[in-house]
Amino acid sequence: MEASDGTIQKTPLYQWHKDHGARIVDFAGWAMPVQYSSIIQEHETTRTTGGLADISHMGRLRFEGPGAAVFLAELLTRRVADMTLGQIRYSLVTNDSGGIMDDVLVGYYHNAQGQPYYVVVVNASNRQKIVDWVHKHLPRERAEAPGNEVLFTDVTHLWAMFAIQGPRSVVLLQPLIEVDLRSMKYYRGAQVRLLHPAAQRQGGIISRTGYTGEDGFELALGAPIAAAFWEVLVEMGEPLGVRPTGLGARDTLRLEAGMPLYGHELCEKTNPFEAGLGFACHLVGYDFPGRDALLKLEKEPQRRTRVGLQLEGRRPAREHCDIYAGETLAGKTTSGTMSPTLKVPIAMGYVSPEFSQTGTQLLIDVRGRKEPARVVELPFYQRKTK
Amino acid sequence: MKPEELLYSKTHEWVAIATDEAGAKVATVGISAFALEALTDLVFVDLPQVGRSVSAGEPFGEIESVKAVSDLYSPVDGEIVEVNSTLVDQLETLSDDPYTSGWFVKIRIADETALSGLMDHAAYQKQCEQEMADE
Repeated sequence: MEASDGTIQKTPLYQWHKDHGARIVDFAGWAMPVQYSSIIQEHETTRTTGGLADISHMGRLRFEGPGAAVFLAELLTRRVADMTLGQIRYSLVTNDSGGIMDDVLVGYYHNAQGQPYYVVVVNASNRQKIVDWVHKHLPRERAEAPGNEVLFTDVTHLWAMFAIQGPRSVVLLQPLIEVDLRSMKYYRGAQVRLLHPAAQRQGGIISRTGYTGEDGFELALGAPIAAAFWEVLVEMGEPLGVRPTGLGARDTLRLEAGMPLYGHELCEKTNPFEAGLGFACHLVGYDFPGRDALLKLEKEPQRRTRVGLQLEGRRPAREHCDIYAGETLAGKTTSGTMSPTLKVPIAMGYVSPEFSQTGTQLLIDVRGRKEPARVVELPFYQRKTK
Repeated sequence: MKPEELLYSKTHEWVAIATDEAGAKVATVGISAFALEALTDLVFVDLPQVGRSVSAGEPFGEIESVKAVSDLYSPVDGEIVEVNSTLVDQLETLSDDPYTSGWFVKIRIADETALSGLMDHAAYQKQCEQEMADE
C-alpha cells in the first residue's frame, strides 16, 4: 500500500487509464496518466467544455473528534477553528522556520450522522512528510486527551478523487449529486449522496474547487466504487464534449491560472510572503509551527518575490533558468511552458523585488541564449465570469 | 521519401544521402515518426543558420513539446547548406509528413566516418520496439 518499499502506487483507475491509451508516468511515486490524446487538446477541452482528471494520488487526511479543530488550528497557517460547515480554505503547513512544507486545502464537513470532520488534501509528493509531521505533533497523550480527542486517519487509499473542471462541469455533475451545485459557492463543499446505481448508495465529498482556473469541482469518493463512477462520468460527459485529461494538461492549466505547484514555486526554503501566499497566514490567535518565524519575516524586506513572465519570442523557458536584468542576475524561473491558450511562452519565477514590477523588461537564459521577457500580472489566464 | 529507404541514428534522426552537382554527399536530416509520436504537442523548433559546421552526435537544433525540450543531433560531420525554415511556423508539417516535407536541415558531409554508425530501417525498428518494451 505504501511506496516505502519502492513499489509504485496505483489509483483505482489505473487499469482504466491503461485501457484507454493513457501514457503513464511516475508522478511522486504514483503511476499516473500524463495524457490520453494530446496535452494541448486536453487543455483546450478543459477550457471550452470540461475535463475529467484522476487526482486520487493527492493525499487525503481526515481529522475528527472534539480536539480536531484546535489541533488543525495549531498545525496550519490558516484559521480553522472558525470554519463553518462546508467551508474550504487554502492553507499552508510551515516548518519551525516558516518555510513551506506543503500547501493544502482544508475542508469542514458533517458525515451522514451529523458528526463533524475535517479533510486536509495534501500534495502527493508531500504526503508522507505531512503524515509524519502530524504524528510528531499528535503524540498519544494529545490524541487521547480526555474530552479533546483527535482521531487522525490517512484515507488516501480508501478514497479516490476526481477533478471535474470546465464550463460544463455543473451540467455534467448535477444529475449525479443530490445538492444544488449551481448555488454552491467557490471554496464550498459538502458530503453528499451520489445519485447513480454505480455509487452503490455510497456518498462522496463534492467541493467547488480546482487547479485549472476554470469553474469546476473536485469529488472524493470510496475507492471501491471509483472506477464504476468514473465510467459514468466519462459516458455522461461524452455528449457534452467533456473528456478525460491527464496530468500534462493539469500542469499547463494551473500554470496559466498562475497557481503555484509544490516542488516548483514552493519548497521548504520558500516563505509564504515571497510566494505571494501571505493571505493564507493568519498570525494572530492559534500558535502553529513557524508562526513566530513568520511574524518576523512579515516585517522584513523580502529577498525575492514570485512573478509571472511572458517571453517575447517563441522559445519557451522551463524551470531553473536564470533571469537577468541587463547583466545583473535577477532571479530564477520555477515553471514554464508554451501557453496553449495564449499561444506564447509563459513562466513563473522568483526575482528580486526591484525587478518585480509589472512591465519590467528582463532576460531569461534559456539554455545559453538570453530571451527577452517581461513581468506580467498573474494569473496569465482568467476565465470570463458572467 | 520512404522510411524504409532511410538511415537512422540512435537519437531518432533519419538521414537521406544524396549527391549534389559538385559530387559532394549531402545528408537530409529529419526525425522519425516514432520520435514525433513520443514528443506530441510540438510548440517550437529551433534550427541553425546556413553555413554552420556540425559534428556527428552534437546538437544542431532543438525541438520542444508542451512538456519538454529535446535536442536535435547531427548524424554526420559537415556543414549546414540548407534549412527548412518553413517548419518554424508550420510545426504540423512534421507530424503530417515527417519523411518528406518534415526535414530540418541539409548537411554537406565533410567526413563519411559517422555514416557507418547509422542504422538501417530494420535495425531502427528493433530499437523502437525495445524502447516501447522498456517503458
